[in-house]
Amino acid sequence: MGHLIELRDVYKIYPMGDEEVHALDGVSLTIDRGEFVAIVGQSGSGKSTAMNIIGCLDVPTSGTYHLGGVDVSTMDDDQQAEIRNRMLGFIFQQYNLIPKLTVQENVELPLLYAGVGAEERHRRAMRSLERVGLAEKRKNLPSQLSGGQQQRVSIARALAGEPSVILADEPTGALDSRTGREVLGFLRKLNAEGDTVVLITHDNSIAVKARRIVRLQDGRIIYDGDANAPEAVVRPEETEEAEA
Amino acid sequence: MNFTQSFKLAIKSLRTSKMRSFLTMLGIIIGVASVIIILSLGNGLTGMVEQQVEKLGVNQIYVYTWGRGDGTTLSVEPEDLYALTDQYPAIFSGVTPWVSGGSGVRQGSMEFEKTAVYGVSEAMYRPETGTTLDGDTLAKGRYLRYVDVVQRQNVCVIGAYLEREAFRGDALGKTLTIGGVPYTVVGVLAQNSEVMEEGRGDDRAYIPYENAMALSGSRAVTLYQMTAVSRDTVKAAKILLSDYLYQFYQDEEAYYIETMLESVEMINAMMGVAMLVLVAIAAISLLVGGIGIMNIMLVSVTERTREIGIRKSLGAKRRDIRRQFVIEAGTTSAIGGLAGILLGYLTATGIGSILGGILLAQLGTSGITFNATPSLNAILISFGVSVGIGVLFGYLPANKAAKLNPIDALRYE
Repeated sequence: MGHLIELRDVYKIYPMGDEEVHALDGVSLTIDRGEFVAIVGQSGSGKSTAMNIIGCLDVPTSGTYHLGGVDVSTMDDDQQAEIRNRMLGFIFQQYNLIPKLTVQENVELPLLYAGVGAEERHRRAMRSLERVGLAEKRKNLPSQLSGGQQQRVSIARALAGEPSVILADEPTGALDSRTGREVLGFLRKLNAEGDTVVLITHDNSIAVKARRIVRLQDGRIIYDGDANAPEAVVRPEETEEAEA
Repeated sequence: MNFTQSFKLAIKSLRTSKMRSFLTMLGIIIGVASVIIILSLGNGLTGMVEQQVEKLGVNQIYVYTWGRGDGTTLSVEPEDLYALTDQYPAIFSGVTPWVSGGSGVRQGSMEFEKTAVYGVSEAMYRPETGTTLDGDTLAKGRYLRYVDVVQRQNVCVIGAYLEREAFRGDALGKTLTIGGVPYTVVGVLAQNSEVMEEGRGDDRAYIPYENAMALSGSRAVTLYQMTAVSRDTVKAAKILLSDYLYQFYQDEEAYYIETMLESVEMINAMMGVAMLVLVAIAAISLLVGGIGIMNIMLVSVTERTREIGIRKSLGAKRRDIRRQFVIEAGTTSAIGGLAGILLGYLTATGIGSILGGILLAQLGTSGITFNATPSLNAILISFGVSVGIGVLFGYLPANKAAKLNPIDALRYE
C-alpha cells in the first residue's frame, strides 16, 4: 500500500439517453511519489474523467481510489474538498485565476480555505511565487500578466498548499509553443525537486516530456510504461483508420 | 475562510460593479428611509403632544356633574370637593369650580366679542407654586381671593392680550364691563402664547364663579377643574373621585371624570397604531428591496459560476461558498440600510422643520418644539432588519452556488 495514487478497477458510467457510456471501463493504475506521469488520449478516451477522479472532483461508479492510503472514492462533496485542499494542486488549461484578486491573493486561496493564518499565508504564498519567479508581480491583477506568467501564477497557487500531487490538465493548451515549452520545463524542474506530477494531455509531443506515459482509449489503458519507449507514441486508432 | 475575509471579498465584489450595487441597494435604501421618516415624524408628533400636555398639565382632571336628571336638585357643592381635596393632600393638589360666563366684554366704547369669560374660585391659584391650575403665572397684581369669591365681588383677572388691546398695557385698577356690570381688574396673567391673538389663550377674563353662574343663568356648578399632585397620582385621584361621586349620586350616569393623562394615553395609542400601519406599508418596499437583492445575487452566482468552480477545486467547502454569498448579500443590504438611515434622518429633519414650523404656528403656543428625530432603537432595528433581509434573501442564491458541481462549474464559459 505504499502507492501515492492507486486506482483499482475503476468504472465511470454515465447514462446517455437509453444507453450507458463507459467513460472509464475498468481502469487500474498506481502512481508513486516522485513520478512524472502523462495521461494521454484523444478526446473521448476518458482522460478527462480520469483527471476528475484522480483530482477528487468526481467519484467512480464502481472500483476504489486510494490517495495517500486513504479511500477517497466514497467521500462526499465537503470531504473531497478537504482532500483537494490538502493533497492536490491543480494547473488548468485556462489558468483559472480569479480576475478580481491580485496575484498574491490568488496564490493564497488554497491556504485561505485550509485555515492558515494571514502571516503564514503571506509567507508561503511569497515563497511559492519566488519559485515561479513572479514575486515582484504579487500586487498585479491576472489581466495585467501575459499568458505564460498567468500559468506560472497558477503553478505557484498549486504549489502553495504543498500538495502531494500536482495535477496539470492541458497546461500548455492555451500557450504558444515557446511559452508552453517553458511551462513544461518548469513542471520537469518541480518533478526533479521531488514533486509528483500528473499531466493530462492529448498531445504526444507534450506527453513525451514526462517520464511515464499512460495511454487511454475508450476508457481503457492501452499503454502504461516508459515515455521514451517507441510503443508509447504509437496510436493504434490511427493505423486502423489508415488501413480502413 | 473567516468572516473578515468574506467581508473584504464582499466589499471588493460590490466595488467592481458600483452601479449595479447601488441599484440593488436602492430598494433597501428607500425602504429603510421611509421607515425612518415615518418613525421620526411620529416621534416629533408624539413629543409635541407630550409637551403640549405637559404644559397644560398632565395632572389635570375635569369632573362633570350633571346630576341624576330626575328633577331633583341634588348636586355636589364646591365645598364637598374642597373637603375631599383637603382629605388627600398627597393625591390632590387643587380644585376649582369652572363656570363658563360666555364671551364678550367691553371697555369703554370698545367691544371684545371673542373674549372668553370664566368663573373660578380662589383655589384656581396656588400661592405655593405661584401658578394657576392651568399653569399660568401672574404678571401683575393679584389673583381672586376668598373674600372676592364669597362676597361675589365684581373683580376680575385678565389675560395679557386683553390688557394690551383694551388698556394699552396698563389695566390694574381699571374697569372692564362684563355682562353690563363693571368689574375692576385686580390682576393680569403673563403672556401664554407665542403670538397673542383674539379669542386665544391670552384673551380671557376670570371672575368669581358665582358671578359667572349668574351671567350664564345656571343653577349649579357642572364642571370642576382639579389637579393631582403629579402624573403618578392621577389614577388614584380618579378612583377616589369615582368612589366619592358614586356614593353621592348612586348613579354612574350623573357624573363624568376626564383625566388629561388618559386623553394623552389615548392619543398616543392612536398615533402608535397609525404609525404601525404606515411602517408596515413602508416595510413592503423593504421586502421588494430584498427580492431585488435575491434577483441580483442569482445573476451574480450564474456570472461567477467559474469562480465558484475554481474556489471549490482549491478546497472551498459548501459552507465557504454559501458564507461568501450570504455575506455579500448581507453587506449589500447593510450598506443600503446605513444609507437609508442617513437619507431618512436628513429627510425627516428637513420635513420636520417645515411641518413643525407650520404646526407650531397654528397652535401658537410657546415653549413647544417639534423634534423629528428617530430614536436610537428605531435606527438599530432598521439596520438589523435590513441586514436580516439581505441574509434571508441572499441565502437561496448562496445555497445554489454552494451546491454547484465543481466539474460543471469549471467548464462553464
